[in-house]
Amino acid sequence: MVTLTAPEAPAVDVLKETTVDLAASTVRELNQAIHNAEDGQAWTVTNPGGKHSLAVGINAGIAVTIDGHAGYYAAGMHQKGDVTINGNAGVGLAENIMSGTVHVRGDASQSAAATGHGGLVVIDGNAGARCGISMKGVDIVVGGNIGHMSAFMAQAGRLVVCGDAGDALGDSIYEARIYVKGTVASLGADCIEKPLREEHLTELAELLAAAGRTDNPAHFKRYGSARNLYHFSVHNSTSY
Amino acid sequence: MTITSVPLPAEAPQAAPAQNLAAPDIAALGLRESATFDRATIADIQRAAATGVYDIRGWGAKRKVPHFDDLLFLGASMSRYPLEGYREKCDTDVVLGDRHATRPLHLQTPVTIAGMSFGALSANAKEALGRGASEVGTSTTTGDGGMTPEERGQSKHLVYQYLPSRYGMNPDDLRKADAIEIVLGQGAKPGGGGMLLGQKITERVAGMRTLPVGIDQRSASRHPDWTGPDDLEIKIGELREITDWKTPIYVKIGASRPYYDTALAVKSGADVVVLDGMQGGTAATQQVFIENVGIPTLAAIPQAVQALQELGVHRTVQLIVSGGIRTGADVAKAMALGADAVAIGTAALIALGDNDPRYAAEYSALGSAAGFYDDFQDGRDPAGITTQDPELSGRLDPVAAGHRLANYLRVLTMEAQTIARACGKSHLRNLEPEDLVALTIETSAMARVPLAGTSWIPGVQGSF
Repeated sequence: MVTLTAPEAPAVDVLKETTVDLAASTVRELNQAIHNAEDGQAWTVTNPGGKHSLAVGINAGIAVTIDGHAGYYAAGMHQKGDVTINGNAGVGLAENIMSGTVHVRGDASQSAAATGHGGLVVIDGNAGARCGISMKGVDIVVGGNIGHMSAFMAQAGRLVVCGDAGDALGDSIYEARIYVKGTVASLGADCIEKPLREEHLTELAELLAAAGRTDNPAHFKRYGSARNLYHFSVHNSTSY
Repeated sequence: MTITSVPLPAEAPQAAPAQNLAAPDIAALGLRESATFDRATIADIQRAAATGVYDIRGWGAKRKVPHFDDLLFLGASMSRYPLEGYREKCDTDVVLGDRHATRPLHLQTPVTIAGMSFGALSANAKEALGRGASEVGTSTTTGDGGMTPEERGQSKHLVYQYLPSRYGMNPDDLRKADAIEIVLGQGAKPGGGGMLLGQKITERVAGMRTLPVGIDQRSASRHPDWTGPDDLEIKIGELREITDWKTPIYVKIGASRPYYDTALAVKSGADVVVLDGMQGGTAATQQVFIENVGIPTLAAIPQAVQALQELGVHRTVQLIVSGGIRTGADVAKAMALGADAVAIGTAALIALGDNDPRYAAEYSALGSAAGFYDDFQDGRDPAGITTQDPELSGRLDPVAAGHRLANYLRVLTMEAQTIARACGKSHLRNLEPEDLVALTIETSAMARVPLAGTSWIPGVQGSF
C-alpha cells in the first residue's frame, strides 16, 4: 500500500484574476495556461488582435474574457465555463461547443457555433452565413441578423434570431427548431414555418432570458423540418 | 446492387444470379454478348427503369483500371546484391507524424487499417479491426460516426477521423486519439459526402450521430467551418492548440488532383497525407459516382510523391496510400513508388469474413453471391460485418475475426519483406522506383517507371 500525500495547493489564487497580454504572450502560451487551469479561475485576455484559436478546448469551469476582436475558431470545442468576447469574432466561433456559454458582444463571422453539440452561444450583433450549420444540440441566440444558409442540415438544438434571416434558412434541416423575429429572405429545402405553440413560447422565453434579452416571444415565428426528405425517393429529385 | 429504400414493384426484374448461364451454354447457342450493353449494364437499365432510383452500393470501383498488377520488381543479381531471405534483417516499422506533433505514431508494420465507421460496420467488426491491428502493432481508424468505446478499448493506435458531418465529434475523444485524420474526401467518391440508409440507423447509431432513428442519413461533402487551404491551415492550428501539439494530424484526400492537393495539405501544415485511389471502398455510394469519379491509386501516387519531393518534405511529411491494396506485392509496389505506409479497408473486411463462401445460400437469397456481395448499404450482411442487425452482427466473433486480420496483416508484411530482400533492401522504405518496371505503356506512363525491357517512360523527356 502506497501512502498518498496531499497535493500541493494550486499556484494560482482561485480568487485572483489572471491577465494574459497577447502583445507579450503567444496563443500557445494562453491555451496551455487555460488547459492547465482549475475550476473557478477567471482569466482576461488583452490585445487579442484578431488572433485565431483563442481560448480553444477549455475543459474547466473557468471564466475567460477576451477584451477585443478574436479571429477564427474562438472558443472552439468549448466544453465548460464561460467565454465572453468584448469585440467581434471570426469564422467558426465556438465551433462544436459541447456545453457552457460563449457570448460575443459584437458581430460573428460565418459558421458561428457550427456543429455545436450543446451549450449556449449568444451573439449580440449580427452573424454571417451558415450560422448554426450542422448544429447538434447547441442553443444559439443572435441579437441581430443572420446570413444565408444558416442552420443548414441542422440536426438538433434551437436557433433564435431577433433580426432577419438570409436566404435558404434551414436547408435540409433535421430536428432543430428555428425562431425568427424579423423577415426570412427564403426557406431552404424541406424547411417550413410551423405553429408557435405554448411550449415553444415557453422555451423561447427561457432562451431569450438566458441571453439577457427582453424581446417578446410572441413576436417570433417558428421554422423546422417538413420531414419530407428523410428518406430517398424518386419523387424528391427536384427538391434538392 | 439492390435498392431497399424503394420497394421493388412486383413486375420488376429480380437481380440475376451472378452466373445464370454457364459460358459453354452461351457458346453452344452461338449467342454474342454486347461489349457495350453487357449483362450487368442491361440489368442496371432494367433496375433503373423499374425503380426510378440510382443504384447505391458498397465496395470500390469494380471496373478494370491500371493497377499494381502491371508492375514487376527487378530482383537483385550481378549489379545489385540481394539479402538472405531467412537470415538478414528487413525492417518494417514506420514513424508517422513527427513533423510537428510531439507524440508521433510508431507502427511495427506499414500496413494500417483505413477509416470505416461504426454505423457502416457493426460494433463487433470495429472491435475485430482494433484487435487485429493491435496484435501486429499497427493503427486502425474511426469513420463517419464517432469513436466507440469498443474500438478505442481494443485499438493500441487509433486514428480519429475529423469529417464534414462531425457526427459524434467531441474534444474528449479528440484528446484520446493517437492521431487526427482530417478527411477531405475518399477515393470511392472524391467530392461526395457520406450516406447511411435508414435500415442501418439503429438507436445506438442514431444517438451517436444525433439523428432520428431509421432515416436515410446524408452527410455533408464540405466541412462546415472551413473552405480551402488557407482556412485549413487555421483549422489545423486550432486542432493542434486543443491537443497541445501532441497529436499527429493527417489530411486524407480522395485521388483526383493529388499533385495540388498534396502540396496544399503540406502547406496547410499536415504531418501526414493520406491518399485514397478510386479502388478504395465505401459503405454506400451511388454506383455512377464510384465508377466514374477519381483516378486509380497507381496514377495518383507519383503525383503526390512529386509534390512532396518538390517541397523538400518527402519522408518528412509521410504518405499513406490506400485503394486496392491486396497483397504484400501491392504494399511493396506502393512503397517503392514513394509511399511510407499503406491502408487497407476492403481487404481487411474480407479477412474478417466478408464474402465468405460458407454464406453462399444467404448471399443467393439476397440476389448476390459470395465474391460479388456489395450491398453494404442495406444492413443485411450475412457475415455480420456491414450490418447493425443484432442477430447478423452476433455471427462475427471479434476475437476470432481479429486473429484472422492479424494473420493477414502478417502475411502482407512478410510478402513485402520477401520482395524487399530480393531487391537488396534492409528496410521496406528503401524500396524505390528504380526497382520497378511496367508491363504496359499505360502503367509505365502513370507509374513513371520504364516499360519492361526498355528504358522508355512515356512522357518523360530523355527516356528512350
